[in-house]
Amino acid sequence: MVDLSVTLSGVKLDNPIIPASGTFGFGQEFAQFYDLDILGSISFKGTTAEPRFGNPTPRIAEAPAGMLNAVGLQNPGIDAVIAHELPELAKIFHKPLVANIGGFSLDEYAENVRKISDCDQVGIIEVNISCPNLHCGGQNFGNTAEGAAQVTKAVRAVTKKPIYMKLTPNVTDIAEIARACEAEGADGVSLINTLLGMRLDLKTRKPILANGTGGLSGPALLPIAVRMVYQVYHAVNIPIIGMGGVSSARDAVELMLAGATAVQVGAANLRDPYACKKIIEDLPALCESLGVTKLSDLTGGAHR
Amino acid sequence: MNEAILTLQGKRQLTHDVYELTFSGDTSAITRPGQFVNITVQGHFLRRPISVCDWAENKLVLICRAMGSGTQTLCGSPIGTEFNVLMGLGNGYDVDKALNHKPVLVGGGVGVPPLYALAKAFLAKGVTPTVALGFGSTRELFYEDEFKALGCPVLVSTVDGSYGTKGFVTAVIEQTDCDYALCCGPIPMLKAVDSMAQIVDGQFSFEERMGCGFGACVGCTCKTKYGTKRICKDGPVLCKEEIVW
Repeated sequence: MVDLSVTLSGVKLDNPIIPASGTFGFGQEFAQFYDLDILGSISFKGTTAEPRFGNPTPRIAEAPAGMLNAVGLQNPGIDAVIAHELPELAKIFHKPLVANIGGFSLDEYAENVRKISDCDQVGIIEVNISCPNLHCGGQNFGNTAEGAAQVTKAVRAVTKKPIYMKLTPNVTDIAEIARACEAEGADGVSLINTLLGMRLDLKTRKPILANGTGGLSGPALLPIAVRMVYQVYHAVNIPIIGMGGVSSARDAVELMLAGATAVQVGAANLRDPYACKKIIEDLPALCESLGVTKLSDLTGGAHR
Repeated sequence: MNEAILTLQGKRQLTHDVYELTFSGDTSAITRPGQFVNITVQGHFLRRPISVCDWAENKLVLICRAMGSGTQTLCGSPIGTEFNVLMGLGNGYDVDKALNHKPVLVGGGVGVPPLYALAKAFLAKGVTPTVALGFGSTRELFYEDEFKALGCPVLVSTVDGSYGTKGFVTAVIEQTDCDYALCCGPIPMLKAVDSMAQIVDGQFSFEERMGCGFGACVGCTCKTKYGTKRICKDGPVLCKEEIVW
């Protein structure tokens, strides 16, 4: 019997597999495919203070070994999420949630985190400082260590719940940014968000996405995520939720060996709605084949 | 909605780049004409959403234009190829809403296929709909005979006048006394039909680039008079009065 459980900042998960924010909505669409309670947790759709439509369509494009999205944080706004989405989700998922929170200013981040902290369903707050599809006056907090530190400080001041800062790979040194988050009291880091990309239509000679650029996700990201999780594991002493291109149990284990305590699955859910279920079902046999009885023992295995 | 493994059983070339593909497999998740399926194609990350042309127990008919590498791979697949398919996606057309009207089924190009099962659904209710098909030219024409074989009056327009009435499909709708349109085709066509004075109501099927096809990624969201809707999950068919053009 393999023990799949992992613990993130005191929050125990039955297994490390968490659908990634933006690929799983608020769970409803997947409940028709399988019992959501098999999941370790769910990172729900990135939530901002105000309702957002997001970017104009088209906002999806295919890529070799993945896809681009430029959805731009479409969500009903935090008050509607708390009033409607979370109670509906509570009917079909009975474990602590990862609340993915966005923002456009330090004040907004702090206010959103304060509000979501009061929800008993929320176990961990994942603060998104890395969405590539937003343009807040050219500023993206997660692109610099200073910006990441500012947001971490602002949200740390308003909650005692575990805070995980979600980091972008579109930077020179992700380890430096992770260290800045740790220094301001982050309980952990989530990485990686999507890589900024673009596709062109050969006939129109213009970008396929109305937004021009979009975030690349899917299998193409796996080696980049493994490399960055590996680097960040070296740099900090807080847990890492690893993500980027995971579509199989072996991919998940690879990210854990690089240093992840838990693993999020993103674009794979969109191609195969059963992706998380299959990964969770495949983990015990994979662990046995690796001679492992406790999955969490693998975290950071590449560094020992 | 469910996941099914479909086997390609037949292939018929309808025009230089449009193919009719017949599959065997579980079709129980398809409940209405105008729904679509989302097909995994070898070598491509995203599935290809394609509207259902016709279905029966254990039989699915799709019509696909080989436009990009994904649809070219699909249309070029040999008989016997198996595909992982998400079945019965989207809302589809509501035939009952049109029963007190004189319905015209309006298709443009590869928007024509879902009208075939829709015509059959009307006939099953004892209503014979008029079918108005628009194509660029005669070389793009398909399924005129199939609709005629169902017993529907079929009117065809071509933009270049090489077949039927010259012009857009609105030109042939004007020749009828139909007052309710059920449409599928390019947005300019949908918009032109919507703006016709004789069309008092209708249902319009939209397309958009999709990520998942079942509502999770919200990549295909549009604005309506009643808030945002996902083309894949809340559509692809929208009612005339809710559409924001």
